[in-house]
Amino acid sequence: MEETRVLLRNKDVANMVDVAVSMEHGGYVGLRNALLMDGAQVIETLRDSGLRGRGGAGFPTWMKIKFAYDAGGTSKVVVCNADEGEPGTSKDRILLSTDPHSIFEGMAIVGKAIGAGRGFIYLRAEYSYLFPILENALDSARKSGILGKNILGSDFSFDIEMRSGAGAYVCGEETALFESIEGKRGEPRTRPPYPGTYGLFGLPTVLNNVETLANIGPIFANGVDWFRSIGSENSPGTKLFTVTGNVHRRGVFEFPMGTNLKDIIYEVCGGIAGGKELLAVQTGGASGAIIRPSQIDIPLDIDHVASSGGRLGCGTIFVIDDSNCVLDIVKNTLEFFTNESCGKCIPCREGGVQLLKLIKKISEGRGSVIDIDTMMDLSNTMRETALCGLGHSTPVPVLTSIANFRDSYDRHLDKDPCSKCSPERGLK
Amino acid sequence: MHQSQYSFTTSPSALVQVAEIASRYKGRQDKLMDVIIAVQKIVPSLAEDVAAVIAREMGLSQNHVYSFVTFYEYLSVQPRGKYMIRMCSSAPCHVRGAKDVMDTITEMLGIKIGETTPDNRFTVETCPCLGICDISPAIMINDKVYGDLDPERARELIKKYIREDI
Ligand SMILES: Cc1cc2nc3c(=O)[nH]c(=O)nc-3n(C[C@H](O)[C@H](O)[C@H](O)COP(=O)(O)O)c2cc1C
Ligand code: SF4
Ligand code: FES
Repeated sequence: MEETRVLLRNKDVANMVDVAVSMEHGGYVGLRNALLMDGAQVIETLRDSGLRGRGGAGFPTWMKIKFAYDAGGTSKVVVCNADEGEPGTSKDRILLSTDPHSIFEGMAIVGKAIGAGRGFIYLRAEYSYLFPILENALDSARKSGILGKNILGSDFSFDIEMRSGAGAYVCGEETALFESIEGKRGEPRTRPPYPGTYGLFGLPTVLNNVETLANIGPIFANGVDWFRSIGSENSPGTKLFTVTGNVHRRGVFEFPMGTNLKDIIYEVCGGIAGGKELLAVQTGGASGAIIRPSQIDIPLDIDHVASSGGRLGCGTIFVIDDSNCVLDIVKNTLEFFTNESCGKCIPCREGGVQLLKLIKKISEGRGSVIDIDTMMDLSNTMRETALCGLGHSTPVPVLTSIANFRDSYDRHLDKDPCSKCSPERGLK
Repeated sequence: MHQSQYSFTTSPSALVQVAEIASRYKGRQDKLMDVIIAVQKIVPSLAEDVAAVIAREMGLSQNHVYSFVTFYEYLSVQPRGKYMIRMCSSAPCHVRGAKDVMDTITEMLGIKIGETTPDNRFTVETCPCLGICDISPAIMINDKVYGDLDPERARELIKKYIREDI
């Protein structure tokens, strides 16, 4: 199966940090076109393109921009979320390192739409080795008049600054990210007010994922019809998929939205490694649904995956073979969430710890049916009452694994010792 | 956090450097992260005396600086080793044998996860996904990434670091 390389079109081009090289390969054509439009026209184009966010929620990009456009005031900002913290994803790293100008271009176009003069890129600490590369790319763009005052000879001025994270998954949540850039603990804010009116430094803000931003230049360069010809009706365009776990070929691949999950696992990635059988697949990172082999024949677009109880999220495909136990995977994700919970609200701070205790108890053969019921109760409470997406998504792997792998849970209740998820194998 | 560790004493010359860095950003709370990242490169830890200097020079409360530092995994009020080894424990690394790699590394260094060797050269921590799952199981040592590890490769790698042959 051939990849459709739109975002990764320049992946194998050397020295894409240099703005001249980027421009030889079509860089900033979209920005030139956008600079001829007014803000409303830019937003209309994005609306017609049908572009939706690639950072997790799949929210229509034009609407976020419209909120900030409609907000009063003259000082507004654009933020690029390069925190890429969802376990199992590396697509933003690939974009940042192989085509940084495509991200700057997207930010400048959003800036043009809302009349923002400043942009920020919040880069996770784990990618600090990309910091100098991005700084060089920014310098290169400034020297060519693509960033800074009156970019490309227009009356629009826009510049971008780098900001560092320091190892906190929750800082990928938009309001926590603002707090972090402002020099505070990265704790999510209560909403409203929403970022469109009160975001970074209290200013109207548009925050987008790296991949979302990289889509914007090509839309303005090639047109809305071209964009809509790729992918599915409700999720146009391509998607970057990071395939991890027990497959032959792992990595980041680009396919149209709506590509079949089973085909990616078997045709693109060569199926399960080491003569084992497929046990389960988790899409959407640690906060995604865990599904059975019989459920993987599905198109990967935002709405399809959502309607089957999971989420496409940032596009991770985590493949698990039968030398593992589903409960062990759930335990691993709960360890992750309890470590990363910021502790600001009780449902998440306490709920996560209780869920982890219960899954440990069950996996060690000491659990009862009541414990499974309690896990479901706790999960539903967290979904309804937690303050931010971290607390809302912690229960997703729990509830989906109980729904799809009830037999595995029941087997543990029979008190058969499970060799695949002994406490020895679990972490910590 | 143990108070005694937060009270680690920093050399006066390092504190002068800290003051020099922090004083450039008086009143710029949004530069706190940049200042702290720069400072962490020149002091053994973000201990009380360091926090006091940063707070004074930037016009923040010492409490703010402390609560900021303790929120983030990459910032530390305790001294860490010259080599910070971060071993990914997220599920994609886990199903490819991360636990065996961790056991090998902690055994070789003779310390538990979260500890620093007595010679202050190595600290080991587990961490969530490093974003390099295509080469899981993966670890980072300071700014360098290493992947496709198994116990044998991990042993070779750590030996090189022990010999400073890197
Ligand atoms: C706990 C948590 C972590 C998140 N981490 C990220 C992240 O690392 N990168 C990202 O782009 N979005 C992340 N998000 C989603 C963002 O809050 C936000 O929805 C997204 O960046 C919006 O961009 P988009 O509209 O372009 O998708 C996270 C959300 C939550 C709740
Ligand atoms: S849901 Fe969790 S991470 Fe989000 S604010 Fe509450 S405690 Fe913090
Ligand atoms: S899960 Fe270990 S690097 Fe991503």
